[in-house]
Amino acid sequence: MLNTIPEAVVWAIFLLPLSSFVIISLFARRWPQRSGYITIAAIGISFLFSLWVLDSVIQEDGANLGFPTHEWLTIGSLTLNLGLTVDGLSAIMLMVVTSVSLLVQIYSQGYMHGDPGYSRYFGFMSLFTAAMLGLVLAENLIMLFLFWELVGLCSYLLIGFWFERPAARAAATKAFVVTRLGDLGFLSAILLIWTQTGELDIPNIQEMAMTGAIGTVILTWLAAGVFAGAVGKSAQFPLHVWLPDAMEGPTPVSALIHAATMVAAGVYLVARFFPIFSASEEAINSVAVVGGITALIAASMGIVVTDIKRVLAYSTISQLGYMMLALGVGGFAAGIFHLFNHAFFKALLFLGAGSVNHATHTFDMRRMGGLRHFMPWTFVTFVIASLSLAGIFPLSGFWSKDEILSAAWEDQRLLFWVALVVVFMTALYMGRAIFLTFGGEYRGGEAPPGEQAGHEAQPHESPPVMVLPLVVLAVAAVVTGFLNLHHGVTDLLEGWLPELALERATEIEFHFGLATLSMIFGLAGFIVAWAIYGARLLSADRLRQAFGPVHRLLVNKYYMDWLYEDQLVRRVVVRTVAGGLDLFDRYVVDGAVNTTAWLTQFSASRLRLVQSGQLQLYAAAIFVGVVLIVAGILIVNP
Amino acid sequence: MDELGSVDRLGPELILLAFAGIIVLTDLVVQRRWLVVGGSLLAVAGSLIWAGTLVARDMRGSAFDGLLVVDNFSLFFAFLFAGIAAVVILASIDYSERFSRYQAEYYALILVSAAGMMLLAATVDLIAIFIVLELTGISLYILVAFLKDMRSSEAGLKYLLLGALSTAVTLYGMALLFGLSGSTSLDDIGNVVAAANDDTRAAVVMAMVFLVAGLGFKMAVVPFQMWVPDVYEGAPTPITAYLSVGSKAAGFAVVMRIFFEALGDRSISSDWSNMFAAVAAISMTVGNVVAITQTNIKRMLGYSSIAQAGYLVVGLAAISAAEGEFSLGASGVIFFLAAYAFTNLGAFIAIIAISNRINSDEIGDYAGMIRRAPLLALGLTLCLVSLTGIPPTAGFIAKVYIFNAAVQSDLVWLVIVGVLNSVVSAYYYLRVVLQMFLEAPASEERVSAGPSLGLAMAIASGGILFIGILPFLLLEVSETAARTFGS
Repeated sequence: MLNTIPEAVVWAIFLLPLSSFVIISLFARRWPQRSGYITIAAIGISFLFSLWVLDSVIQEDGANLGFPTHEWLTIGSLTLNLGLTVDGLSAIMLMVVTSVSLLVQIYSQGYMHGDPGYSRYFGFMSLFTAAMLGLVLAENLIMLFLFWELVGLCSYLLIGFWFERPAARAAATKAFVVTRLGDLGFLSAILLIWTQTGELDIPNIQEMAMTGAIGTVILTWLAAGVFAGAVGKSAQFPLHVWLPDAMEGPTPVSALIHAATMVAAGVYLVARFFPIFSASEEAINSVAVVGGITALIAASMGIVVTDIKRVLAYSTISQLGYMMLALGVGGFAAGIFHLFNHAFFKALLFLGAGSVNHATHTFDMRRMGGLRHFMPWTFVTFVIASLSLAGIFPLSGFWSKDEILSAAWEDQRLLFWVALVVVFMTALYMGRAIFLTFGGEYRGGEAPPGEQAGHEAQPHESPPVMVLPLVVLAVAAVVTGFLNLHHGVTDLLEGWLPELALERATEIEFHFGLATLSMIFGLAGFIVAWAIYGARLLSADRLRQAFGPVHRLLVNKYYMDWLYEDQLVRRVVVRTVAGGLDLFDRYVVDGAVNTTAWLTQFSASRLRLVQSGQLQLYAAAIFVGVVLIVAGILIVNP
Repeated sequence: MDELGSVDRLGPELILLAFAGIIVLTDLVVQRRWLVVGGSLLAVAGSLIWAGTLVARDMRGSAFDGLLVVDNFSLFFAFLFAGIAAVVILASIDYSERFSRYQAEYYALILVSAAGMMLLAATVDLIAIFIVLELTGISLYILVAFLKDMRSSEAGLKYLLLGALSTAVTLYGMALLFGLSGSTSLDDIGNVVAAANDDTRAAVVMAMVFLVAGLGFKMAVVPFQMWVPDVYEGAPTPITAYLSVGSKAAGFAVVMRIFFEALGDRSISSDWSNMFAAVAAISMTVGNVVAITQTNIKRMLGYSSIAQAGYLVVGLAAISAAEGEFSLGASGVIFFLAAYAFTNLGAFIAIIAISNRINSDEIGDYAGMIRRAPLLALGLTLCLVSLTGIPPTAGFIAKVYIFNAAVQSDLVWLVIVGVLNSVVSAYYYLRVVLQMFLEAPASEERVSAGPSLGLAMAIASGGILFIGILPFLLLEVSETAARTFGS
């Protein structure tokens, strides 16, 4: 056991990656190789410090370490503070972010090798990690919001990293705009709480909420605004549409976004405000319902897509819905524990998909197949992660999923059944992905850029620098579930919760029956997948015809992109608003411009007649000014 | 003994003036550029050291029979103007090759005008104020015309004629105050104004309006700003930078001195608070709206400086927000001036470095500059971001501070105008950034700044970030300076 961590070291956790970003963008352009090393070193040290934080927090049983708040700026009555929140929740989040980010950076050295933007990539990755760490550590709303926006900005830069591709640009813009809608709600919530209480420090707001110093109506609106922000960032229904498109970025970026940074931010935010949600029955129930809907529809879409990264994307949305559902039914620790486990196996799945892409140059599962022979390491780790995701005993996903199911069982029976169906669907789409990618015969892949089509060469295993992170993550995906066998993680996570909020948190017991039930559903999913895609007992085409309308609905993503982009944006916004602006531009602006041009020409032609006439005009302005001011004063104050 | 003490208190200015003379005389004998530049930098350093000594040995007090005062306010500006002069000198080294024959005169005039600006913040007597106004003005008129080409000469002439006019207006206002009080000392005038009855009040108001009109020329606020675009475009670029921060800050310093000390009485201050509020709203709006259509970056920054003057005047309007022993508005103006000095100097340094190489001030020619001059483009971006008022830069804190002062003086409408204007300004500031980052460069030739410009840019960028991230030091200093005037 180490000594309690000093405050400066905690600051260093997010300042290190931040300085790595600064150093890379200023100096490392010419030596791209070094940017990778700088990033890995910075995040590696942050990871070690995060372990120290975890150690200190464990000694305090998860309670807030209570670092002093520093006054940053006082202007009259407005005071902005800088402070750190270090408790069980943030310690776990720090672990997730730094460890996943570290492994992703190591892997990226192989994946991004030779990319012309190598240095820029690592610079943005450092900033992305720093922003997420800052978000987790922030003690007041202004700081939190700043890092929140910074996370959004970095995701924009990284999704659009290959900005020469139109699809990447479009995806980046879509992600930015859609999440911004949610942020609007979050910002309104911040303004609301500040005007109502004059308080911006989160612990103080929570105390006020617990003691009843803030009215229930205000609390509900506050929670609604915060949740709106979380819905955008964590890709919850109905703002989930940006996440599947965000696949246009480099695959390690997706791994980071899906496992540890961007989307985890929304879940973290709801967890951080759990005391406030728990004080408003309406708010916490809507979290549960939105989470349930998201989990269900995202899983169903995951069954039909053919792009391996998109399968994983829908799976992330679905799992995030699961976490929200957990928080909504009072399973506070269950939700965050699932986030923790999910981070490792989801990062592993993405890195595995990246490794597959490295070998086959495609993400289309219809062109893969048989890769288990060529890429044994990728295959084994990918299967472990999939089983963990589907919640198969004894992998990590089983434990946290089981806690969520128990919490739902205690609180909202209907949502429990929804969650159970999702278990089946999860196993089905992951089984399908495994059989299509690694089973059967190799279907050719795609030619690497610069070579001729019909690339027949054998795919090969990725270099060790990419395989190593896969193996480490696979070990994590196996063991992290056992950490909570004796409720150690739960106690740690709930250590900072106030008494009243703790009452709302559902007590979770291990139900043997529930565990068996969910196992049956999970295995059933895999068996169906095997029957269709492995053994081909059932024809996929036949099924597609049989379920024609359903299949069409799923392939078209419940027509939500159509609704948003074609109807809402093109019809409503473009036709009416832009049409009006066009008229305004044509008649008012152009009219004004033409008039000005004519006036300028006219006055120029006059002015040429009187030499230095302009100067007289300038001088006249001074006198007109004097006269106007005197007149003004006489009118206002005769 | 007292006389010696007076001379001691004048030290920072005297050093500058003495070196100016020495430089010109030496140049008659040996013409070496490094001597001239080194001498002027030495002068500034000496001036800074002397001002530091005045602080360290607590030599605050009045000098020369109450013509001059050394207090926290004047010391703040002594440091500010010395710093500005140093950066302008650094920024001129490469540029001044264009007029190689008159190097010594150029740098000597910068030193003289800097001494004048320092004195503007320190004089407390109308006669003395008038003389140092002229000292500053005349050296600047010459500097504006220094290129001696068509545009520069035209700019110099315009500046001179309108400057003369504004001086006359100022003098008229001063004469009215003198006629009312029979004294030229700001203290005495303040007492008389405080005792003004309804008969004399009209005369005080008239004096106030004339002073604003005359000094508004220096601050470059609407409607006394007409000279700005022409002069900014025609003047040598380092001198444009100098005008936009130095001359403007000096204008604000002398306005604060006169208005807080001579016209600070409640009966009259509400009048000028309203007047400044109106001037602020108009200046912000005119400056920002016209800046949108500019294609020349120097003219754009000219209009932008009018808008920035508008934000500063918000602080003058917000006098009733008192925080303990000082007015939040006054400390806001002081803080804003320092933040703005770093920011605008930085922007101009980048422009000097880039224009020197590409020979153009057109915004369109800045396309793709991030690839041709990454550090300069990043620096310019930082400055533009700070001018827009986006964190974590000095400009953000300065705007928050001044707008907060206005809110606490019940000028919410003015803050709304100011915030809307900031949004408008983002359009034309960030358009330059977009141009530099996203457009394809016109040529692949690299643009690099020499060591002196690089150093100046580093100072400016460092200052912007330092004030933006750790503002307390400067906040403390500006609040101390503002305490000079009470609340």
